[in-house]
Amino acid sequence: MSGFDWIVPVFLTVITAATPLVFAAIGELVSEKSGVLNLGVEGMMLVGAATGFIAVTVTGSYFLGVAAAAFAGAAMALLFGILTLSLMANQVATGLALTLFGVGLSALMGQDFVGVPVDALTKLNIPGLSDIPFLGPILFAQDALVYLSIIMVGVVGWFLYKTKAGLILRAVGDSHDAAHAIGYPVIAIRYLAVLFGGAMSGIGGAYLSLAYTPMWAENMTAGRGWIALALIVFATWKPGLVLLGAYMFGGITILQLHAQAAGLDVPSQFLSMLPYVATIVVLVLISKDQSRIRKHAPACIGRVFHPAA
Amino acid sequence: MWLKIEKRPEYSKGMVYATPLIALLLTVLSSIILFEVLGVNPMEALYQFFVAPLDSTYGFSELFVKATPLILCAIGLSVGFRANVWNIGAEGQLLMGAIFGSSLFIYYPETESVFLLPVMILMGAVGGAAWAAIPAVLKTRFNANEILTSLMLVYVAGLILSFLIHGSWRDPAGFNFPESQTFSDSADMPILIAGTRMHLGTLLALLAVLGTWIMMARTLIGFQVKVIGEAPRAGGYAGFSQKKIIWFSLLFSGALAGIAGISEVSGPIDQVVPVISPGYGFTAIIVAFLGRLHPAGIFFAGLLMALTYLGGETAQINLGLPLAVTGVFQGMVLFFLLASDVLIHYRFRWNFSTKAVS
Repeated sequence: MSGFDWIVPVFLTVITAATPLVFAAIGELVSEKSGVLNLGVEGMMLVGAATGFIAVTVTGSYFLGVAAAAFAGAAMALLFGILTLSLMANQVATGLALTLFGVGLSALMGQDFVGVPVDALTKLNIPGLSDIPFLGPILFAQDALVYLSIIMVGVVGWFLYKTKAGLILRAVGDSHDAAHAIGYPVIAIRYLAVLFGGAMSGIGGAYLSLAYTPMWAENMTAGRGWIALALIVFATWKPGLVLLGAYMFGGITILQLHAQAAGLDVPSQFLSMLPYVATIVVLVLISKDQSRIRKHAPACIGRVFHPAA
Repeated sequence: MWLKIEKRPEYSKGMVYATPLIALLLTVLSSIILFEVLGVNPMEALYQFFVAPLDSTYGFSELFVKATPLILCAIGLSVGFRANVWNIGAEGQLLMGAIFGSSLFIYYPETESVFLLPVMILMGAVGGAAWAAIPAVLKTRFNANEILTSLMLVYVAGLILSFLIHGSWRDPAGFNFPESQTFSDSADMPILIAGTRMHLGTLLALLAVLGTWIMMARTLIGFQVKVIGEAPRAGGYAGFSQKKIIWFSLLFSGALAGIAGISEVSGPIDQVVPVISPGYGFTAIIVAFLGRLHPAGIFFAGLLMALTYLGGETAQINLGLPLAVTGVFQGMVLFFLLASDVLIHYRFRWNFSTKAVS
């Protein structure tokens, strides 16, 4: 068995690399399902990462840190909601604004915390189970957020496809005029979906600054918010596939890190490009089948709703 | 009684011009709060941000130095935005323009020719356009979202630059610093006014402003861009090709961003370094919107955003304010602009009835 000792640590790092993407993508998925395209994921993640990190350094409580990150992400999403839902601003432009603002705001918030160390989020050890060789450490010795991310995927899948509320949310995303005519509060539902997306992005960001690389650095998300947006297209708006896609990307990220560490004879910069290039390749492969995208994408995505009556 | 938003029968022309000013006013008011929170005298901070950088001819010329890449990138982006083509990767196209353009000097440093710089600028444009051609081909052939692909390519371009400058482009006599040798005189952008850093790139930016103005107002391609953007179906019936417009706006914006890149490295920076731009390509998105996607507006918006860079530096030196304030400031401008733009197509009405009549 000793020849395969590397497998478990690699699996563990793949999971930590994927978890921020799982959070951000599953939150944004709900927002998009309600018909709102929020391109501010990167900005919300950054503000979440900074807020979570600051809260943990100040209070010492990881629970408060994650809660603060979720709150900060939701606050950013609220800004987006006010602009796009109440003031009917263009969603693409507002999302870009949210990201640009988030980059600046998080840098400002975190400037006194650069280089401050914190302990990484502790891994839970489920007694007995985590001692099982191979599977034990992978399945039963993760930190709480990893479990939460997977639970959230399940909850979102169940909510969207097995509950009445989820059906209404999807109806709002597919035809806001019809949903409005039946009497559903389109704007209120979209606000809730957008806020949920923001909270999840915030937690995803906090996972980066508290668990993946326990530190704060400007722009530390390095495009993960955008990769999360691409993952949703890759997953054709299906929660289960979002999870799969996120783990695939986690795998690519870790693969290139290990290749760099192993001294592979390829310049490190080219290995670092892999996640970004893979995102493009995946987008191309999925998008070229236009009918598939049209079938699965929420029909009203990105469209402004103004109740005429 | 509550506030109701109702659609104007016709969009308000006055508001088109008023909302950028409203947005600036709101930004200044919010930044007063921000400065209070950061513990500095708001009036002093506003002075350092907006007045102090301009109290000398040199300061004024620096405004144009900083505005040059912003205007070049924003002019290009605005054409795409008008056609609903969302190129947000100008930062990457800027880097590729810098790489392509400077490659000529890096590989042939001994060249002494009046044609060197023009060819470098041309290659900069080609580099930026080539980088923007990737999202164009992916969009037109594979329907891949240009927002995501152009943004991913920003990171790739940054890594290519890093690879070159930590590798073969490093100055052999440079003590192993990741910097190229400094550009020779024939590879340098000529200075426009002695004693300042204002360079030929500023003229190119002005040329882009005028040229694009004429193109959008007077030529068929400009008309096609506007029609495809506002009414894609009508454009289709008129026989305008959507794909052609996607190609055109991406190549055009890529080329201008590329020129911005080569102007930076052979202008104020004077060598290839790991960090060529403090995010000009992203700030240019704000410049484009603040300028109402119109060349003349972009010119003034570019100067204003350039002032926030200068003001950020002045405030950092004189008040110890973090440089990140600039980013917050720029983000706020765009937020408030998008928020107040609701006034163009809608108006607020007080509704005095107590019950909703729906």
